[in-house]
Amino acid sequence: MTARVITITSGKGGVGKTTATANIAVALASLGKKVVCVDADIGLRNLDVVMGLENRIVYDLVDVVEGRCKLRQAMVKDKRVADLYLLPAAQTRDKTAISPQDMVSLTGQLRADFEFILIDSPAGIEWGFRNALAPADEVIVVTNPEVSAVRDADRIIGLIEADPRRLPTSLLLNRIKPEMIRRGDMLSVNDVLEILSTRLLGVVPEDEHILISSNRGTPLALDSERTPAGDAFLNVARRLMGEKVPLIQLERKDGWFSRLTRIFGSSK
Amino acid sequence: MDDSITLKGIKQGLLVTMKPEGRWPDLTARLVAQIDAQSAFFRGARVALAVGPREVRRHELANLLKLLSARDVSVLAVLSEDAATIGSARKLGLKTSLTELELEPPDSSFEALAELPPPIDPEEHGTGGVLIKRTLRNGRVVRSDGHVVVLGDVNAGAVIVARGDVIVWGRLRGTVHAGAGGDESAVVCALNLAPTQLRIASYITISPDDSRRKARPEMALVRNGRIEAEAWEP
Repeated sequence: MTARVITITSGKGGVGKTTATANIAVALASLGKKVVCVDADIGLRNLDVVMGLENRIVYDLVDVVEGRCKLRQAMVKDKRVADLYLLPAAQTRDKTAISPQDMVSLTGQLRADFEFILIDSPAGIEWGFRNALAPADEVIVVTNPEVSAVRDADRIIGLIEADPRRLPTSLLLNRIKPEMIRRGDMLSVNDVLEILSTRLLGVVPEDEHILISSNRGTPLALDSERTPAGDAFLNVARRLMGEKVPLIQLERKDGWFSRLTRIFGSSK
Repeated sequence: MDDSITLKGIKQGLLVTMKPEGRWPDLTARLVAQIDAQSAFFRGARVALAVGPREVRRHELANLLKLLSARDVSVLAVLSEDAATIGSARKLGLKTSLTELELEPPDSSFEALAELPPPIDPEEHGTGGVLIKRTLRNGRVVRSDGHVVVLGDVNAGAVIVARGDVIVWGRLRGTVHAGAGGDESAVVCALNLAPTQLRIASYITISPDDSRRKARPEMALVRNGRIEAEAWEP
């Protein structure tokens, strides 16, 4: 087994990197994949909270790097699904506590035992982003249909393109509101793609279930109830596994999703 | 100044054509006055005098030669249709046709080189610049002492600074400065010209806030003391 290391990043904060990481990880695990999430946001860790694993952390990533524990000891196993682990960030340190080389050797140790290693990048383009990008095989850039978020995504994609490794990069467009797009008050999927000209991995609608699930520490894919955002993340997971899942064939025939279909109808 | 005397550069020097009308003394006085007025230009010049069908006597011609040589102008040939004039010139040791001059060996090889006729299809040297063959994203900066050509978009947050022109084969949404060295003749062209800010030399402008505007190729240039955009058509 050789894991694919996928870094999830955005440039701008608050667009849903951590939520996306948690939900994609849970969705992949629920589809039978061996998954580990690495929280690279040292000093501002959140992934453990969103995944509901905060109270089970003993050691963290910096402890591993500085030799206070073994890698296995720091990994928190999610008991709700098989083969899902979290490597939490340190909360009392900052980004400079680890180096890009540390991240490469750390993921190197994990590659043999997993199929997917998801790295939750901190916001920004500085040290923390460099750490998160260093071990990546692929990158998912998360953005919202807001001009400022798209600007930052463009900046980040430019930095990734400048990397000589030529990492495959795809776009996750989060928090779409079909009603606002229809009124012309929000950038459409095509507007965003026109600016960023990047492969689209998925579109996640705005969904209040996300907020509830994040607060509860229960990613949507763990929920038996079907939700628009949960379905969207599940589709993203399927696409990452190589399945061809059409963007628009998103369940519900009537209601808001059929409207979504009309709006996205002309997209690729 | 009247047109009784005309000057024309020829391979060997200057061809001075004097009209057959008018009195010879008047004409020569006018020529001398003209030479005096532009003495720096005529110093060291070698001229061929074309006098047309006029009869010029030997002493008249000798007088003119004297006046000219006093002004450091030498006479190579006298061209005329009049037999007497040709005779006068010959007696003074002057050539009487340009073809005779052509037969003269060139003074030096350097001059011979300089006198080679220009090639029929001279090579176009053009001016230098850089070509960017991808989209310039937010945060990217391109600087050039020449022109900048982008095959791709220039996204908001990207910056181009060029001493010459800027051509974008795509959407221009970033900040661009053409003629950054002060060249007001510099232009900015794009398939969709919607820059955050556009500068040419010391002029500066922003895109009109009209999102309904149909995208079309446009060229921005300095005209009437401001930057204007016009349709960019071949």
